[in-house]
Amino acid sequence: MEKRPHISVQNLSVYFDELQILKDVSIDIPDHRITAIIGPSGCGKTTLLKSLNRLLDPIDGVRVNGRVLVDGVDIYDPGTEVTEVRKKMGLLSQRPQALPMSIFDNVAYGPRIHNRFDKTRLGDIVEYHLRLAGLWEEVKDRLDEPASRLSVGQQQRLCLARGLAVAPEIILGDEPTSALDPQSSQNVERRLIELKRDYTVVVVTHILRQAKRIADYIAFLYLGELVEHGPAQEIFANPRDPRTRAYLTGEIS
Amino acid sequence: MNQAGSSGGLRRRKLKEGIFRVLMAGAVLIVVGCLILIVGTIIWKGLPAMNLAMITQIPKGGFYLGKEGGILNAIVGSLYLAAGATVLAIIFSLPVVLYINVYAKRQSRLASLTRFSFDVLWGIPSIVYGAFGFIIMIYFGLRASLLAGILTVALLEFPIMSRAADEVIRMVPRELFDASYSLGATKLETALKVVVRQCLPGLLTAVLIAFGRGIGDAASVLFTAGFTDRIPTSLLQPAATLPLAIFFQLGTPFPEVQQRAYASAAILTVLILVISLLARGLGKKFTRHIIK
Repeated sequence: MEKRPHISVQNLSVYFDELQILKDVSIDIPDHRITAIIGPSGCGKTTLLKSLNRLLDPIDGVRVNGRVLVDGVDIYDPGTEVTEVRKKMGLLSQRPQALPMSIFDNVAYGPRIHNRFDKTRLGDIVEYHLRLAGLWEEVKDRLDEPASRLSVGQQQRLCLARGLAVAPEIILGDEPTSALDPQSSQNVERRLIELKRDYTVVVVTHILRQAKRIADYIAFLYLGELVEHGPAQEIFANPRDPRTRAYLTGEIS
Repeated sequence: MNQAGSSGGLRRRKLKEGIFRVLMAGAVLIVVGCLILIVGTIIWKGLPAMNLAMITQIPKGGFYLGKEGGILNAIVGSLYLAAGATVLAIIFSLPVVLYINVYAKRQSRLASLTRFSFDVLWGIPSIVYGAFGFIIMIYFGLRASLLAGILTVALLEFPIMSRAADEVIRMVPRELFDASYSLGATKLETALKVVVRQCLPGLLTAVLIAFGRGIGDAASVLFTAGFTDRIPTSLLQPAATLPLAIFFQLGTPFPEVQQRAYASAAILTVLILVISLLARGLGKKFTRHIIK
């Protein structure tokens, strides 16, 4: 079953000042699958993820070479509107970052700035996406409360709902469960698995077992180099590169 | 032997702790004592001259050194002046601060130059602002007026407000920006809807500090706003201010008028206090959404 690549990274190199973080990375990320980027700390996982929605732009001294095609459009082309690129992707960060406003306003933030609503429907949009993120039952009676009063696990699902409300096609997760307790982590993982039917999911994780649980496709990065990528089962059962094998067996971490 | 050595060390450490505690308590005492002493002096010396007429009437009895009437002219003048200057300062300060924090890169030369300018401007004595305002006034053929005063005081308030606001906005975590950007928000939307909201209490404090400096400053309005017994009805009329009222009243040889200076000082102090408390009460409403 061949899927068209939703995101195509071509010869991507990223430099922070003189330091090369990503070395000539090329990978096609399959549609409607969960792709996990794995590798030891500091290998460039997060950089690769952030390069997908141009969140590297605001960082000082960053240089990007190569291309990232999303739906066939090079997002680093000067003619590409960065807000349109980012709108296509919802982001879950390591620590959930709720916006300084109410629960309702957090979810409504995206639809409001993109004018994707008429006032009567905004409530429905918020409810729909909170349900999608599995948070609705817990917050339906306190939508006006500040988002900061939610638990960290709830905030992460709020961020998911907020990202989904922009109607993206892609969900990016930067170790989205690293700040969460096991229960909340499981909850987020379950959401992601449900969501891959409608979205392309890319998750950075340093937890191998998590990658095994949720990923369909694996990309292994080591020292900025994309060592190996392929369907999860193949990689886990039969890593071709000795470095991948070493990482999977815990020899390098 | 070893035991004794360590217990001796402990005693010495406890002694240091004790000395430092005394020093700290002393410092706190001095600060609080000063506050009580200043407010006490003003009230004690001003109370005899304090009456309802002080805050409801303009001066009577010839020129501003009269012993009758009140200082309503200066109260209203100061409020006009400081309010106008503060609004003006916000209009210039907020965009600059948002620019260097949201738009400019972290290590941008322009941003550090701007911050350096704030520091230099902050350090310029207010009499220099007054003199500068005076020169500009003469150049444009303007007379001492509320307008000239507002412009000069706005200039004085600008670096104070900007620097305080910059400190607050710099504390906003990078990830909060990313969260907003990743939803497809532009920098402007992020700045106004997320950053300003997150920093609102701090920004309010910045505005208050600037307002306090503006309403309390005498030197910058000496040449620019002038002084008058009347309440200004247009921007081009001169305006009285409380600091100058105090200055002139203190400068007279009449003890009754000098007493009125202390009453004026008390009024100025209470005015600033009331406005601070009001603004803080208002600010409380906005703190509930802040992300910690």
